[in-house]
Amino acid sequence: MRYIVYFVIGFGFWLLLTFSINLDHLIAGVIVVAISTILFGGYFTNRPVKFLQIHRLFWIIVYIPIFLFYMLRSNIDVAYRVLHPQRPIKPGIVKIKTSLKTDIAKVFLANSITLTPGTMTCEIDGEYLYIHWIWVQTSVMDKASKIIADPFEKYLRRIFE
Amino acid sequence: MISPIGWIIIWIGIAFDILGTIGLVRFPDVYNRLQASTKCVTLGTFGIMIGIFLLKGFTPMGVKALICGVFLLLTSPVAAHALMKGSLHFGTKMWKGTVVDEYGKDKLKGEQIEKEDK
Repeated sequence: MRYIVYFVIGFGFWLLLTFSINLDHLIAGVIVVAISTILFGGYFTNRPVKFLQIHRLFWIIVYIPIFLFYMLRSNIDVAYRVLHPQRPIKPGIVKIKTSLKTDIAKVFLANSITLTPGTMTCEIDGEYLYIHWIWVQTSVMDKASKIIADPFEKYLRRIFE
Repeated sequence: MISPIGWIIIWIGIAFDILGTIGLVRFPDVYNRLQASTKCVTLGTFGIMIGIFLLKGFTPMGVKALICGVFLLLTSPVAAHALMKGSLHFGTKMWKGTVVDEYGKDKLKGEQIEKEDK
């Protein structure tokens, strides 16, 4: 079942990427997507029905603007630190705890943290994440978790779990 | 109306790319440099892609630019993460102004922070 869903999604991406309906392109697409499905289909989600649940799609649409806003803020933050004559940085690696359970949610949390103000994921280890922080406000785990992970966790939990 | 917005977004993207590159030169160690380059260059290049999409609309070029932008958002943090973990395990020392290193305490032999020059 999940191989079929993977194939359909992959083929959809291929159609968008080539953006033409020639027979040549379709045949090449089927071959390429089939190879990709055989190699990577096993890593795909066990319950493809998740793609059709409306509330998940709704929370994805809510999440995207929030994510883009944080990303823009992070860029302005880095730009400020780059252009400031004294270079105001106080870096360090802190440890935070996440309450997310599934792997895919943790990956998206790590990616979101990397692209948001002053923080970057070094490693995921079970329920702990190691974060490189460009301006360490606190090295206490609970407080750091609240500052870094909280804005995303509530959305990601609704999207992926 | 769409065209000027597309050009503005492209120029904002280029500005962020330049800032990221300046950060790459100005920051002291590999971890801070990764911070600057990953964030600014991801949003900068994403902005350029969105700008191209707005200029070209739903043509083959525009749709390709949009897909490239989305792939960039998904893959660039992963690449930065791999580089960072690699340099941590390789033993690259952190800048001497670093205040805390939980990762070194937990996984490596003590904090990997450069000592002050005597």
